[in-house]
Amino acid sequence: MPKPKGAVTINKERCKGCDLCVVACPTDCLQLQKNDVNNRGYHYASVIAPDNCIGCASCALVCPDACIEVYKIMI
Amino acid sequence: METKDIITPENKVYSAPRLLNDSTMHYCPGCSHGVVHKLVAEVIDEMGLEHNAIGIAPVGCAVFAYKYIDVDWIEAAHGRAPALATAAKRLNPDRLVFTYQGDGDFAAIGTAESIHAANRGENIAIIFINNGIYGMTGGQMAPTTLEGVKTATTPYGRNVELNGYPLDISRLMAQLDGTCYVTRQSVHKPAAVRQAKKAIRKAFENSINRRGCSVVEILGTCSSGWKMTPHQANLWMEEHMKEKYPIGDLKNNVE
Amino acid sequence: MSKEVRLMKGNEAIAHAAILYGVDGYFGYPITPQSEVLETLEAEMPWNTTGMVVLQAESEVASINMVYGGAATGKAVMTSSSSPGISLMQEGISYLAASELPALIVNVMRGGPGLGTIHPSQSDYFQATRGGGHGDYHLIVLAPASVQEMADFVALGFDLAFKYRTPSMILADGVVGQMMEKVVLPEPRPRRTEQQIAEQCPWAATGHSAGRKPNVVTSLELDSALMEKNNERFQETYRLIERNEVRYEAYHTDDAEYLIVAFGSIARICLKAIEDAREKGVKVGLIRPITLWPFPYDAIREASKHVKGILVVELNAGQMIEDVRLAVADPNMKIRHFGRMGGIVPNPSEITTALNLIMTNE
Repeated sequence: MPKPKGAVTINKERCKGCDLCVVACPTDCLQLQKNDVNNRGYHYASVIAPDNCIGCASCALVCPDACIEVYKIMI
Repeated sequence: METKDIITPENKVYSAPRLLNDSTMHYCPGCSHGVVHKLVAEVIDEMGLEHNAIGIAPVGCAVFAYKYIDVDWIEAAHGRAPALATAAKRLNPDRLVFTYQGDGDFAAIGTAESIHAANRGENIAIIFINNGIYGMTGGQMAPTTLEGVKTATTPYGRNVELNGYPLDISRLMAQLDGTCYVTRQSVHKPAAVRQAKKAIRKAFENSINRRGCSVVEILGTCSSGWKMTPHQANLWMEEHMKEKYPIGDLKNNVE
Repeated sequence: MSKEVRLMKGNEAIAHAAILYGVDGYFGYPITPQSEVLETLEAEMPWNTTGMVVLQAESEVASINMVYGGAATGKAVMTSSSSPGISLMQEGISYLAASELPALIVNVMRGGPGLGTIHPSQSDYFQATRGGGHGDYHLIVLAPASVQEMADFVALGFDLAFKYRTPSMILADGVVGQMMEKVVLPEPRPRRTEQQIAEQCPWAATGHSAGRKPNVVTSLELDSALMEKNNERFQETYRLIERNEVRYEAYHTDDAEYLIVAFGSIARICLKAIEDAREKGVKVGLIRPITLWPFPYDAIREASKHVKGILVVELNAGQMIEDVRLAVADPNMKIRHFGRMGGIVPNPSEITTALNLIMTNE
């Protein structure tokens, strides 16, 4: 049975570090950058476990700033 | 397969709505307005109404909604959006006409305009964001603020003897003969976002098809005003707001 | 083609003229002494003929904001009310001015302040000519003195509003609104098509944005430097209007020894007093400002050069007299006010008495 595999890209400069995507991700792919900030001073979200991503788009759906694009294939 | 190989245009399943422009939204981190803006932009695009829509922006946090969604907009005086929408729709009956209003705008200063536009059955869609607080002016009590909640103007908590009761205006809206669809949604979880989008679509279809007035209340959060993290605000909303303001359709005359 | 002469109230003339002008929408709320405007429109059912929208709103606040919403889409829209209702509308009128929207507001004045009386007055002169709401702005203010002018100023008001992208006001009084006179209504003209609106109002939020960038109609600008620029643009428009659009009528000013300045219905009562004075050999002239803003400062200054005194007659405690003083700008000129308040309309003999007082230097 094919399984979904996904990937996300995050527009880091648009991100406000609200953390809602991190909470929404069912497979713990995302985290806020602890040691880096974007050009507006936010600890932006980034992908820490890309292999976990199933392309469900939960992160993107709850993102208030439309920072996240989601890609998905079935393998 | 490498992640970079998945990131190709044909595999894209979600991206920022086309009608949401690149302007950075002024909202605080985690603000529900951003999510609802995305949904409004997506629905207008999916319905092919980009060049057939007039949005009416409120006074409140969403005052700059017109900067972010690329359709024609009119910026209303505080609370008067339904009056503007009434005229815009009656004079341009084939357009989608929607208002985007917060709780202070829709349920306090604009109550008369809200009720009468709805009661006349104006063919408009009202997107009503209820986060129980005045965000723009610095966290004062809203008509929908729950009993006991501390705000800048209820520093010891909303006391109903002093401040009256929280107003469930959507329940009132559902009683009016002019409304065809009144629903309450939230956008705090992916599934809720999907449901909210369906509600907005239905409301916009009702405007285009001239079925009467639709009200889509969205329980929002205000992490700055509530003094919580966005996630804590979502949990608080789930735990406290939904009791007074239950999620679901309050009225649906259009199947 | 001979014109049909009809008999009707000033308020009714406004309604008929609006339909004939091709107005797109009227939004109003009943208040004495102007309710016949809405009543006549509802009775005429123009939505069946021209397609004009007529709506009784829930308040004057809603009415003016409906006007704002309609005007923002490029439509020709109007409202009417009387003094207390116009006070309620001031927020919306300020927004109209700040958003540079054309619209027509009719104020059939009654006596104030407060709930006051339903009888005629001109005590909203300051409110109308100084803007009325918050911020630096002006309305084009037209003061009709007859039912014919009530009809004619609908077209004039809209034409000026669209020409300068600013709201105009017909500032009538209860006399002109309620009295019946003969009137020749204007020729009908069709409402503008969507194409014509798009061409005339490229700024309008019509919703039909194909082929252009989205339009936003707003009065908000948080950047003070840009907001000052907006204000400078408004002021440039006002200077242009002041140069081009001053209107007044002068009677017997050429040989006048005394000058009366009066607007609206009371100007006609003054004419009778002038007639009586001239029969007795006293040469009195009249200037009747038609545009109260822009005010005919130059005409009054010119006419004042050869007179011994000026009597300003108003149905109020003395408002326009301030503009007359500004116009004359001569501290030695006798400028007196005669007015009645609270809805009282004086008869010509009272004006004659006031003229006699100024002539006997009291």
